[in-house]
Amino acid sequence: MSNAVSALNGKVAPGEVTISDAGLRGMITLRGDLSDSKLKSVCTGLTGVDFPMPGHANCVGEKGLCWMSPDEMLILVPYAEVDAASELIANNLKKKHHLAENVSDARALILVEGDYARDVIAKLAPVDLHPDTFQPGRFRRTHLGQVAAAFWMRDADTIEVICFRSVADYTFNLLATSAKAGAVGHF
Amino acid sequence: MLILHCPYCGVDADETDLHAGGQAHLKREGPGSSDDAFEDYLFMRENPKGVHFERWRHVYGCGKWFHAARCTATLEVFGTYSAQTLEPPQDIKDKISGTRPGWSWGIFK
Repeated sequence: MSNAVSALNGKVAPGEVTISDAGLRGMITLRGDLSDSKLKSVCTGLTGVDFPMPGHANCVGEKGLCWMSPDEMLILVPYAEVDAASELIANNLKKKHHLAENVSDARALILVEGDYARDVIAKLAPVDLHPDTFQPGRFRRTHLGQVAAAFWMRDADTIEVICFRSVADYTFNLLATSAKAGAVGHF
Repeated sequence: MLILHCPYCGVDADETDLHAGGQAHLKREGPGSSDDAFEDYLFMRENPKGVHFERWRHVYGCGKWFHAARCTATLEVFGTYSAQTLEPPQDIKDKISGTRPGWSWGIFK
């Protein structure tokens, strides 16, 4: 068995807002009928969180559910548990039309932590990040600079960013540069 | 900057989050159609200065295709609606009639 490492391999850019590699995370893309009760119970059973509303993510620790589109859910679990989770989904949804794929190694997860974490993202994405609009629990798929990314707020000072593994370096440098340039002070 | 409301994920998406898909409500002319009808289907498009109906894809977001009604001259957006339809919904037509009385576009008015 090869030794799996994350794309950024623990990279950290310290500062008032710290950008850091969150390491490996198990991620499963699940497509299907999100109103199906069986599918919902499999998702919540695996992660121990409530099924999220559209545009929201419920995450606790390394586990969570992120609403990706009207027929797609992203399931987050610890990296070591992802194979077991895939198997459990396959067994439980055998009779339901669905698609589940382990995408853990296709993604990178980056943490943006600090006072003006909100500003760091707001400079890069066409998203209204005003505290009245974007609060912990909200989830948004969009782009950061030139690459596709998704993010949500873990708490008021922490934002978790997901991007493709192939652009992890670009995304990390983009966030680090934005953080280094300081707060905008608009919010 | 054009901002369209995605009817599938409910996000107000900026133009850079979207991909333009050209004219909406094209009727496909397949095998058995006349050459003229097929030519129209392939090449002839509305090119209005004013009310226009387009297809857009929320490409960086939920990935769904949807329809938008807007004005090409003022960039006013009348509304967006599901792609699972053959014609613009009545409330969108009414809204256009409110500011552009007597408008017409292709077979719709």
